This record gives sequence, structure tokens and C-alpha cells, in this order.
Amino acid sequence: MSDKKPIIPPNGEGISNGTRRDFIKQTTVLTAVAMAPGTVVKAASDHIDEQIAAVFEKMPLKMEVNGKLQNLSVEPRSTLLDILREQLDLTGTKKGCDHGQCGACTVHVDGHRVNSCLTLGVMVNGKKITTIEGLAKGDELHPMQEAFLKHDGFQCGYCTPGQIMSAVACIREGHANSEGEIREYMSGNICRCGAYPNIVNAIQEVKAGGQTV
Amino acid sequence: MNKPIPTSADGMSRVDGRAKVTGAAKYSAEYNQPNMAYAVLVGSTITKGTVATIDTKAASAAPGVLAVLTYLNSPKVPGHIPTKAQKPSSKSGPLKVFYDNKILYNGHPIAMVVADTFERAQYGASLVKATYNKEAHDTQPPKNITQGVGAWGGKDFTKGTVDAWKTAPIKLEQEYTHPSDVHNPMELHAIIARWDTPDKLTVWDKTQGTQATRDDIAKAFKLKKEDVQVNSQFVGGAFGSALQVWPHEVAAILGAQVVKRPVKLVLSRPDMFTSVGYRPYTWQKIGIGATTDGKLVGITHEAVGQTSSFEDFAEGPINTSKGLYASPNITTRYKLLSLDVNTPTWMRGPGEATGAFALESAMDELSYALKMDPIDLRMKNYAKTDPDNGKEYSSKFLDEAYAMGAAQIGWENRQAQPRAASQNGWLVGYGMAGGMFGAYRDVAVIKAMMKADGTLTIQSAVSDIGPGTGTAMVLIAANKMGIDAGKIKFEMGDSSLPDAPMQGGSATVSAVGSAVHDACTVLKEKFQQLMGNGGTDKPDYVKILKDNNLPSLEVLTKSAPGPDNQKYSMQSWSVHFVKVLVHPATGVVKIDKVACVADCGKIISPKTARSQVVGGAIGGIGMALMEEGIIDHRYGRYVNNNFADYHVPVNADIPQIDAMFVNKPDPYINPIGAKGMAEIALIGMAPAVANAVYNATGKRVRDLPITPDKLI
Repeated sequence: MSDKKPIIPPNGEGISNGTRRDFIKQTTVLTAVAMAPGTVVKAASDHIDEQIAAVFEKMPLKMEVNGKLQNLSVEPRSTLLDILREQLDLTGTKKGCDHGQCGACTVHVDGHRVNSCLTLGVMVNGKKITTIEGLAKGDELHPMQEAFLKHDGFQCGYCTPGQIMSAVACIREGHANSEGEIREYMSGNICRCGAYPNIVNAIQEVKAGGQTV
Repeated sequence: MNKPIPTSADGMSRVDGRAKVTGAAKYSAEYNQPNMAYAVLVGSTITKGTVATIDTKAASAAPGVLAVLTYLNSPKVPGHIPTKAQKPSSKSGPLKVFYDNKILYNGHPIAMVVADTFERAQYGASLVKATYNKEAHDTQPPKNITQGVGAWGGKDFTKGTVDAWKTAPIKLEQEYTHPSDVHNPMELHAIIARWDTPDKLTVWDKTQGTQATRDDIAKAFKLKKEDVQVNSQFVGGAFGSALQVWPHEVAAILGAQVVKRPVKLVLSRPDMFTSVGYRPYTWQKIGIGATTDGKLVGITHEAVGQTSSFEDFAEGPINTSKGLYASPNITTRYKLLSLDVNTPTWMRGPGEATGAFALESAMDELSYALKMDPIDLRMKNYAKTDPDNGKEYSSKFLDEAYAMGAAQIGWENRQAQPRAASQNGWLVGYGMAGGMFGAYRDVAVIKAMMKADGTLTIQSAVSDIGPGTGTAMVLIAANKMGIDAGKIKFEMGDSSLPDAPMQGGSATVSAVGSAVHDACTVLKEKFQQLMGNGGTDKPDYVKILKDNNLPSLEVLTKSAPGPDNQKYSMQSWSVHFVKVLVHPATGVVKIDKVACVADCGKIISPKTARSQVVGGAIGGIGMALMEEGIIDHRYGRYVNNNFADYHVPVNADIPQIDAMFVNKPDPYINPIGAKGMAEIALIGMAPAVANAVYNATGKRVRDLPITPDKLI
């Protein structure tokens, strides 16, 4: 690699402007110009150079989401939450704060609960993601979903997917041994409608039922 | 008295519950459109003044950015969003987004970046740079708040003699404040705007009223109502914040016009503090006096509520004192204080929650001065007719509610002397307070259609912010038609469906539920007519349709309040009982036990009703103990505009809550006997906590929230 000189754009400005992206745009376009001048020069003026550059700025991301392998190309700054919601249309995972303060975006990564808004997509390469959409077995609801329904563990329903994913993890972690413990370990999931006591009742019922979660 | 306490498992589960627990329920930001672009707002970093320069060059050149809108280049909104101010005022009215270079509050939208992805829009927004001509701002209520406050807040009210409380043998006068509280529903306000043609618009929008939003957007953009389609299938909480069209909604619609693509705009959590209203800071003073045996002589209730410099928002904190007790003399005064802040709006229990904090704290203080049990004092002054206008109540069983709540909390364990009880090193206190809120009924239209397969579809434009509207409607229809609830589908959240009022003021079940009742009554009668011979009470709908060769049978019924709604005073009532533990060294307050009783007529849907009361109580705990929007007045900017710093109750803060109902139908308000419960579920909770804290510690906190520093 050391014998390869970086390609300096003719005006010498691209790199000194400091953006890797301008560099990519110009180098890729220059390469293309050599091959098919007419069309690509026109393409650059139509901002297709942006699209070409965007491809180079992306990173591959392979992850299994709800049992299905996803081969994606994502910007390194994209969060798992935005990838799920905006690219995979898995909108069951909610955005409530985007800062890891409310828990609405909770998903399971390799079985552990994680705030997907604080997780960059590229950090879960090769991992297994479960979202609320992947919890039920077909038409058969997960016991926690059944318990939330029965005990009305929600009103508006917006924090609910995060609450349920957290609740399942809470039992798996062994943190559902008493009402007090459940409250403590469910406090990362805010519910503004105030369904907390019902959520605790739902978790206690599932825990007492002894089903595998 | 010995009714069983409802549990979370009682009653029918929500009809939309399955969608909510599986992630299938879709909220406004979740209707991604082909070729959709993303918008991010840029807010001002000063509080008052004008934009001097705004540099959008870097943002415009940033990858994926399609447009940067500012006042310099944005298309102007042809009309205006109508004001929600209750009286014409000299102020300019609701914020006109990208209209001129004026800055009216910190966070005032100065630009919007539209890009092909959310990440790129957000990055683009970070590149917009503005310089300002700063002017001196004022965001802080003055120490002597009644000085210089002249803005309209409603007429002064007097019943009997002005300030008669001063003549009473036992009297007190105290000031109470509560800070600005922010609704902060879990769902961020969001809109997807799509222009179908240059004069036809579809939006997926977080709103408590699909048709009110449709009408306001149509007015603003000079479109025909029928050319604006508003969808709001699921609303992730709102508590009042989605009762009007806000600047970000207008901005997204403008953005979609400019880039000629559907545009999605989701507010950030910090945006939620400055973009969609809040419960305004309110100062209150109560003068209250009684005879030595506890008969009220007079109440004077003064209040000053914060509003913005450009729009008057008034609510009714003083209404509580006009109506809660049978005082022969009542004086109220209410004014507005204009500051350089965004405009407040209705938040759950608007006005009354604020007023009840002051009045019910003062009643508690009076009970100690009289050495009288707080419940006895309230019963001594129990209003049998409306003290405000002398009307008879359509129904009132607040006395029963007091008794039920007292029994459930174990009121007999309360020590009359403050700071007299402790438990494991914690001080123990009991408190109670009541709430009231007007019970309303609006006009609503319902379409009900029975199909050949025996399923019933009911349609209304109403939106549901979480209380369980669909569930209640299905139960009303099932009951009236005599069919299984599983055969009934309630369609809603769509402005093209039959007319419904906004979901606000605790009035949805009363209005829309009555319309469902009336529509089903008419539909059933139609079937009975088809049967002939007067029909039966249990028609076989499937057979009748088949016998008459009909694919379906439908009715469109309008349902409206009658003369009784004017004749009687209609109120919902609540009482909250709280047991607190206060740590004497650290001032930490733990809510140990809560018993709430609502007297709100007939309970239609036991499970969701219970949840609504539990949720209201928890909202009240937040108001009492932690919620406070804090502005650094040097800069006029919120410093706690996120969930890490603006505290709301979390699971660990909340014990089991006993929610009970008197559950006696109101005979006059509507055909179903149900009054509202959303507001009264919260109203009175904060003073109940404050009163319990006083009972535990002997410290009277009159400035919410009751944080530990105020107790040590």
C-alpha cells in the first residue's frame, strides 16, 4: 500500500477541505470519467456523485433480526433503532428520547436487553436481534404479551414494546423475585401513562407461572 | 362500603391490546412513504431579538440535504392557525413558523433541514449557523408577582361579600406555586406530510382531534376541508399536548411542498419542552376563614398564570374554589403574566389540578388550625348544590367516595398531630384531597353497520391517546346490540370518518359513547321493524339480513346533548388518599400506599377505567414530587429538557395503587350515565401528597415539587 500515492484532485482542495467524503466523490468520479467521460460528468452535475459517494461511506452490516438474516449497508452513525424503524420497517421498537433515558427502544441483542438508540448498527454485526415483532410464535403470543394484555400493562401502548422486552429480560436475568426487585429492574423503562403497577402484576404472573421466557 | 377493590385483571382487555403488545400498532411516524424525506428543526439559541444573519450554505451543501427552509426562503403559509386564546387579544397569536426574523423564545424554530435520511437531516441541521440581534429577555416570574400583571385572565368573581374570609375567627392566607410541567408523552410529536396534488394534503399526525387538526390545517393552507386527510390511528399519549396544530406540523407541510416529496418530522425530546405547550407556572394565594366549628366563612383565591409574549393562554385554576365547597362568600381573581417563553397549553386537569393544589392544601392547613379531621371539615362544607351558580347537581356521591377511600387507606391510623408516627426509622404521614372537573357532552356522529356475517363495524373520527376509547365503544355497542364484543370492530383516528370532538376535557365516552349508544339503538330498531310484530329484544341479525336479502344494514346517527345538560350542574368528583414515608435525615419521600376513588357516573370499561385512575394518580405523584421544567433565566433556556433531568415517576417510585369507583350512573348527562374521569384521576393527587408530607414531617411545602431539599 505504501507505494500507492493518494490521488490528489486537480484543484488540490478536496482533501485539504477535510472531508473524506469529498475525496471519495472526486476520486470515484475521476475514475469513472476515465472510463465513460460524457455520461459521468453529467451524472456529477445531477448529484449522482453524491449517491456514488454515499455507497462508499456505508459499511456492511449482517445481523439476524427475529430469525431472519439481514444483509445491510448502513452509515456508521446510524443507530440500531433507526435502522430497525427506517430501513427494516420494524416500527414496533419505539423512539422516545434517542438518548437512552426512557427504554422505549429496548430490544434483545443475543438475548440481553439493550437500548437500541444507544447502539450503533455496526456494533451488532453478526449478532442476533429480537424485537417485539419477533417475540410471539406466529399467532401465539409470548406469555409476557398475554400477561400485559390481561393486566392492562399499558394505556397508549407506546412504551409497551420496550417494557415487554425489558420484562422478559428481567425474568431471564433473575431479577423478578419480588415486587420490589421488579420495580427496581424495570425502572429504566418510563411509562408516562402510569401503568407501572399493572406492569409489575403482569411480570409477577409470568414469573409465578414458571413458563420459559 | 365493602365493594371489592378492582384488580388489574378485572374486566375485558383492550380491543387494540393485541396490536399494542405485538408492535403492530402504528403511530404517526410509522407510516413510511415511498421517496420520503426527513426534516429536522433548528431552534434559536437566544430568547428574544431578531435573526441578523443565517448561514445555510454548509447545510445546503451537506450530503443528502434537499432543502433548508428559513424565513428568507420558505413559502409563506397563506392563512393562519387559529388562536386557542379564549378572548381576542392584542398579541400576534400562534407562532408563524419561518415567517419573519423575530425570536420570541429560546428554541424558536429558525430553520428546517430536509434530507433524504434522518441522519443526514440531523447533520445538516448542525451546520446551520445564525447570528442574532439580542434583546433583553424576561423568563422569570417576578418576586412580587401581582405587580404589573394586567393581562386578561377572566373577570373577577364574587359571590357574597368580597374577601369575607378576613372576618372569620379562624383564618389563614398562604401563597402556593407550581412550576411549569411538561406533558412529555412517551411518543415524540411526529408528522408525515404528503401533498397528493398541489391542493390536496394527507398527514399522519399525532393529534387528539383528527378533524380539528384537519380544519386548522385547511384554514392555514387555504385548502378545502375535504382535501385535507388527517390520520391518527394510534397516539402514544398526549395529555393535552396534541390538542392543537403546532409550528412543527406547519413546518413539515411546508417542507413537503418545497421538496415535492413526503416529509417526516419527529420532534426530539428537548424539542418537546419548547414546541408543544406545557402546564404553566402558576402563582396562587388562598385566603380562607371558618367559624370555630369549621363552617367556611369565605374563600378568596387569586392566581397568576404564565403565558407567552405572543399568545394568551388562560385556564381555570380558580374554578376549584368556585365550586368545591359550600362557602357563602367566594372571591376569585385570575391574571396572566407574559414572559418570553413558548405558549403553554392544557395539560391533564388543566387549571383545576393547579387550583386544587392550592385550595386543598389550604383546606388541610385550615383543618390543623381548627384541630379538625380533614374529612370532617370537608363534610361540614359539603356542597349539595353548585356554589357557583346555585344549580342542582346531576349527580354527586363525593361523600361516599370519601368514606370508601378512608376505609381503604386506613385513615384511622392517621395521627392528628404532625410528625407523630414513624415506621422503621421513616416518618409516616397520611393525607387526602379532592378534585372536581366539569362533566361535558359534545355532539358526535356514529356510523354503525351490521354485516351479513353478524359483525358490526362502528366508525368515528375520534382519536385515542390511550384511555381505551375503542374498548369502551365496543362494550357500549355489545351491550346495546346484545352481541359478543368480539364481533364488533371500532374504526377511528381518521378525519374522513363521522364527526367526533377532540379527545379532551374527559368527554370522549360521554360524547362518542352516547352516539354509539344512540346509533346502536336506531340500528336495532331497524332490525326489529324488519322482523315485524314489534320484533324481539334479541334479534337474530344474520337471519334478518338473509331473510330480507340484504348484504348489510347501516345507520348514521347524530347524538347531541339535551336541555338537562344546561339545567343541572354536571361535575365529576374524585378523592385521593395517600400514605407517605419520609426519611427524616435525607428528606426522601416514598409513596407507600394510595387509594383513589372516582365518582364519575357509570363505569363502562372496568379494566381501562381502573388503569386511567391509576395513571392519573401517578401523574399527580410526578407533579407533587419531581416534575419541574427549569429555565436558566440568564439565558432563558431550559436546562433539564430531557428524561435524565426532567424527572417523571419511574416504576421504583410507585407502589400498588387502589383505584375504586362509586359507579352510580348519572341520570341526566347522557343516555349511558357515564361522566369523565381523565382529569379527576389527576386533580387533587398533588395536594394529597403534600398534605401527607405535612402530616409526616410538620413541614408545609407550598412550592411544588416537594423535593428532598425542601424537607431537610
